[in-house]
Amino acid sequence: MTRDRILDTATPPEAPSRRVGPRKPDLLLGDSHHLCPGCGEPLAVRALLESIEAVAARQAAIGVVGIGCYTTFSGSMDVDLVQALHGRAPSVATGVKRMRPESLVFTLQGDGDMVNEGLQEVIHTAARGEGVTCVLLNNGVFGETGGHMTATTALGQRTKNTLEGRDAGYHGYPILIGDLLAQLEGTAFAARTSVHDAAGVARTRRMLTRAFEVQQQGQGFSFVEVLTMCPTGWFVPTAEGPQYMDEVLGRVHVTGVLKDPSARA
Amino acid sequence: MEGSEAIAEAAVLAGCRFFAGYPMTPFTEVLEGFASKLPAVGGTCINAESEIEAVGMAWGAVATGARAATGSTGQGLSLMQESLSEITRAELPLVVFNMARGQADYYQATRGGGHGDYRHIVLAPMDIGEAVALTQTAFDLAFRWRNPVLVYGDYLLAHTCEAVAIEPLPFDPLPETDWAVDGRLGGSGRSRLLNSIGMQKGRGEIDPERFWKRIQAKHDEIARREVRFDSDHLEDAELVVVAFGSAARFVRYAVGQLRERGARVGWLRPITLWPFCSDAVARAAEGAAQLAVYELNAGQMIDDVRLAVLGRAPVTAIGGISTDTSGFGVGSLLDADVVMRRIEALLERGPEASPDREA
Amino acid sequence: MERVESRGTVTIDRERCKGCELCIPACPPRVLAMSSDVNGMGFRVPELYPGCTGCGACLLVCPDFVFEVFAFDAPVVHEGTS
Repeated sequence: MTRDRILDTATPPEAPSRRVGPRKPDLLLGDSHHLCPGCGEPLAVRALLESIEAVAARQAAIGVVGIGCYTTFSGSMDVDLVQALHGRAPSVATGVKRMRPESLVFTLQGDGDMVNEGLQEVIHTAARGEGVTCVLLNNGVFGETGGHMTATTALGQRTKNTLEGRDAGYHGYPILIGDLLAQLEGTAFAARTSVHDAAGVARTRRMLTRAFEVQQQGQGFSFVEVLTMCPTGWFVPTAEGPQYMDEVLGRVHVTGVLKDPSARA
Repeated sequence: MEGSEAIAEAAVLAGCRFFAGYPMTPFTEVLEGFASKLPAVGGTCINAESEIEAVGMAWGAVATGARAATGSTGQGLSLMQESLSEITRAELPLVVFNMARGQADYYQATRGGGHGDYRHIVLAPMDIGEAVALTQTAFDLAFRWRNPVLVYGDYLLAHTCEAVAIEPLPFDPLPETDWAVDGRLGGSGRSRLLNSIGMQKGRGEIDPERFWKRIQAKHDEIARREVRFDSDHLEDAELVVVAFGSAARFVRYAVGQLRERGARVGWLRPITLWPFCSDAVARAAEGAAQLAVYELNAGQMIDDVRLAVLGRAPVTAIGGISTDTSGFGVGSLLDADVVMRRIEALLERGPEASPDREA
Repeated sequence: MERVESRGTVTIDRERCKGCELCIPACPPRVLAMSSDVNGMGFRVPELYPGCTGCGACLLVCPDFVFEVFAFDAPVVHEGTS
């Protein structure tokens, strides 16, 4: 492989070709965001918007957004949205879905939002089997407020107040929310994915699409947890984000399908 | 019909199709009323697992443009304050019921226990008949102004039975609920974003100051247009007694009795606790030598009375903290004889010697 | 003379890139490398070398939506220099 010729990447090619995928999701307004370099959340949001299109719900989707770095996308996701308070999206989504059962209703929340402030809300929503899809962006930190520990921070993970790594004796244990929700009878589908590489991003889109299908088929509560990189909160260079996620967060919050409707009796 | 049931029936008649609540005395029967009536009209009633979740569910329901309500008693509403503040500034027309344990939630209702600048329209019915009318009015005002409306009831209202006719009130046409989320504008570039700080789709910059000032202006307009109060015997009154809700029933009766004996006393009853009938109170203070406030708490509405009077006449508290042994219900001060004696004592003492508070 | 085929190519929005380098290891044929110069925000940006397969992995992993990816109808041949 030669490394002595850098190619032109400023303009589209002259040779006949076809475009491979849109540069950004059609349902994303605007051209840029102010999230940190190497942040995994935009990748999850991309997968979410593309999944809405994949299930033909562009004009049926209503989202409820929590509070965190990702809240910046409230202004740029081109679907009807209700901005909720920290932790409270699942109950707001419940009210929306009960009044508009034909809509595709989802929440978008971070781990601080869903597993700290709003733990009770998501558990009750799942237990009731509400026909909504709760989407968790889990990076194990409170990104927006400066990178402190959350209920999902893995043992050994570095955050602003666990600089030596989370220690069980001092800080307690993380909550594996995906696994917890999968145990509830009302949960029809639960999966955990990550966006630390291309395969992970593609898998994230597939799992979100599956979750939306479960909702559309009226099978009950669906949940997708997406592990996202936060190099700023983890105090690592951006290029090391994927590896840190894989080795620290991903060892505790293990990816995979946690529950599928086909498993129910 | 019991007050709780009448309120639920009136709400359903007014088009309410969603209710979420958590059981708490003396509000529980209102929740039961909605639970039994909503399914029959295709509505939804959810026993939420907490008050915070109840107001959250109602938030989602009202965001779709549906007529939705929640409620509790004062303690439960305490839990809901953050959400109520946000819902107001997101301009959502939620109706909230407080079946209060007495009159000590006046501050909570009128000042709001949540953060930031916001106002709820607060309606305080005196009896079940008025509660039936004001419940319907609550939904109309909420949608007319895109603002939450709180209906302030209490134990007595909720748990008394009266013969009542639940008739629909006529209302003027309302504006379209095109602000409500329904998903249909997805992908158009004009999809909706219901939020409390002025975020707009497709715009990176936010101007919360401008957004909140517009809401403040709306509240100023509500204050000019939606004051409701009732009064009697004010023309030659030496003493005007101000009271709200259940206490006002007793004051009205007591003043009626005293008038028959020749006492020059009148009463004034705010129906909207916010916006408060400040002008009416000020006018009453110009005519009368003194005012008295009969409220069953440590003195809350008296602040608004004093602000309206602005020192023109003495204002004396003749009510007080009063409840039963459970702390939920009716205490010894909700008694016509007690009210009459206290009014008479104040009349006898005269304005010059008026104490700040009746012992 | 070395001869390399590209089955695809990309456009890179230099000024939107935040230099996170996630695309570098994500590219299966490893034809992306970070520049030595910087863009207007002060970040180094990816540069493309011959051998792209048009797989779109870079597009998938870029948090700032910097890439457009193209698959050629017919492979483009790059003549190498010694």
